[in-house]
Amino acid sequence: MAIAETKLLLKYADEPGYDNSIDCYLKHGGYEVLKKAIKRSPEELIQEVVDSEIRGRGGAGFPAGTKWRLLDRKSGKPIYLICNADESEPGTFKDRQIMHKDPHQLIEGMLITAFAIQAKLAFIYIRGEMPEGARILKRAIEEARAKGFLGNNILGTDYSCDMIVHRGAGAYICGEETGLIESLEGKRAYPRIKPPYFPAVLGLYQCPTIVNNVETLANIKHIVEMGGKEYAKIGTPGNTGTRIWSVSGHVNRPGYYEFPCNGITLGELIYDVCGGLKPGRTLKGVIPGGSSAKILRAGERFTGKLKDGTPFDWSLEDIPLGFDSFAACGTMSGSGAVIVMDDTTDMVEALANLNEFYAHESCGQCTPCREGSLWMKKITARMSSGKARAEDADLLHSISLQISGRTICAHGEACAWPTESFVNKFKDEFVSKSITGRNVAVDRHRLI
Amino acid sequence: MQNLLKAETYQNCQSALTQYPDRKSAMLPLLHLIQEDRGYICKEAIEWIAGLLELEPIQVYEVVTFYPMFRQAPIGKKHIKICRTLSCALAGGYTLSDKLKKILGCAQGATSPDGEYTIEFVECLASCGTAPVVMVDETLHESVKPENAEAWAKETFPNLKG
Repeated sequence: MAIAETKLLLKYADEPGYDNSIDCYLKHGGYEVLKKAIKRSPEELIQEVVDSEIRGRGGAGFPAGTKWRLLDRKSGKPIYLICNADESEPGTFKDRQIMHKDPHQLIEGMLITAFAIQAKLAFIYIRGEMPEGARILKRAIEEARAKGFLGNNILGTDYSCDMIVHRGAGAYICGEETGLIESLEGKRAYPRIKPPYFPAVLGLYQCPTIVNNVETLANIKHIVEMGGKEYAKIGTPGNTGTRIWSVSGHVNRPGYYEFPCNGITLGELIYDVCGGLKPGRTLKGVIPGGSSAKILRAGERFTGKLKDGTPFDWSLEDIPLGFDSFAACGTMSGSGAVIVMDDTTDMVEALANLNEFYAHESCGQCTPCREGSLWMKKITARMSSGKARAEDADLLHSISLQISGRTICAHGEACAWPTESFVNKFKDEFVSKSITGRNVAVDRHRLI
Repeated sequence: MQNLLKAETYQNCQSALTQYPDRKSAMLPLLHLIQEDRGYICKEAIEWIAGLLELEPIQVYEVVTFYPMFRQAPIGKKHIKICRTLSCALAGGYTLSDKLKKILGCAQGATSPDGEYTIEFVECLASCGTAPVVMVDETLHESVKPENAEAWAKETFPNLKG
């Protein structure tokens, strides 16, 4: 018997008969929260979000309320809201579900947010490879406009807000918020250096801008509906609300599943919710938060103290699905994308696959990232084709350590962490590669 | 350039220009519109957009070359984008690609001699739970198992010979 999900964001999404039209959304109580919110003061709404302790669902897990509080309101410049819908972190497919199946939930969350921060213009930056999602959102915006929820004088008040769907064009770096802003300004998505370019102060068109992820913004509707303090009761302190976990790789039932933060463990997610591994297979490794997150090796023990001082001693299967729990194990919950690998996986090839991705996606501004990601790609590709050299494992590790902390944006860490952790945790496999050569097992797919 | 575009595309380009607080933000929308209309971004388009946005052509060109979705040469009638990244690879993305190349008579990143198909590897398409996935033009095809590649290709491309 599988553990039951707690569905807040995906409450209706997959219900038979539920569609993405505004009529269906209204029948399910849609836009009622906006109607109430717009009668409250923006400051009260911000306080609800602060009280909710919600952390960003895009990857970094930064508290959304704190982000909103950093907004520069004194400059007198226009304030912008951007929804980051550039869902591109390998393994992640949660925002897609919200946008495709329940777009009005996102739009309502965005309108409440826009009112709270007093933005008059909001953007949805959706990745270029989701043309269907862009069409759905554009239609939903027009439906909301026709009903008076969006546009001039929303619901008869003196507050006006418009919304624009903006399509990206296939560059992963646009998920980085300052890269996204550059891209929205019509340029190459070169991330900006912080300081001074914190979006809340110097964002889009050098104006104060809030950039939040799709799942974060959809949550705003529920936070304001329930009240921030009530919302904070879901999950554990500092790890509040539900999260949608995207599970892929070698499990019987891959998919997206919504649970309260710290509600279940990684083992329960893999073995109970996702039906475990294929018959006869054993677990080898798990990437817990999108491909940039450091890999966890089956059989590892994780010990230490949590932020609040509680000691822990966990196996991989014991780790609760939260923010701080994965951080305590030296990795991150990132975008909530769990990639499961069984014992058929060649770890050198798996890393070669990821390195190809990061080398392709480096924007090229910073030398350590541009050159380092290329070196790591070339070395792991060479190792995968049976030409590994004795020094390759150490060389890889040394390159990875020379990238993180030395770049403008977090792509440096994102490309270094997989190599650093794969080589660290599966060193035997990387070292023996120069002896064993190409892995030609017949019952598995090549990964590069 | 106006003569090269469908009337509707030209209209959409004009509305894209006035949609944003700063018209330079219309860069990606204009490039998308032109590529959808013409199939690729030609030199004339780059110069035309530069004029519309009050930029030098090099500033448009550097955008075209940065974003993987923009291309500067025509492709086949059907654009097949196979996801290459880890979750799809674990489910057989590479094996699928090898099979589709044979079935459609087309090399990776190239167009078939009859001009029908272009096969390309792309990075994560954000549908990893239904891996492997393939996008054909603007439609996402999920769970395209390598062992079903032939049947899938016949169903998806009715004109496929053999």
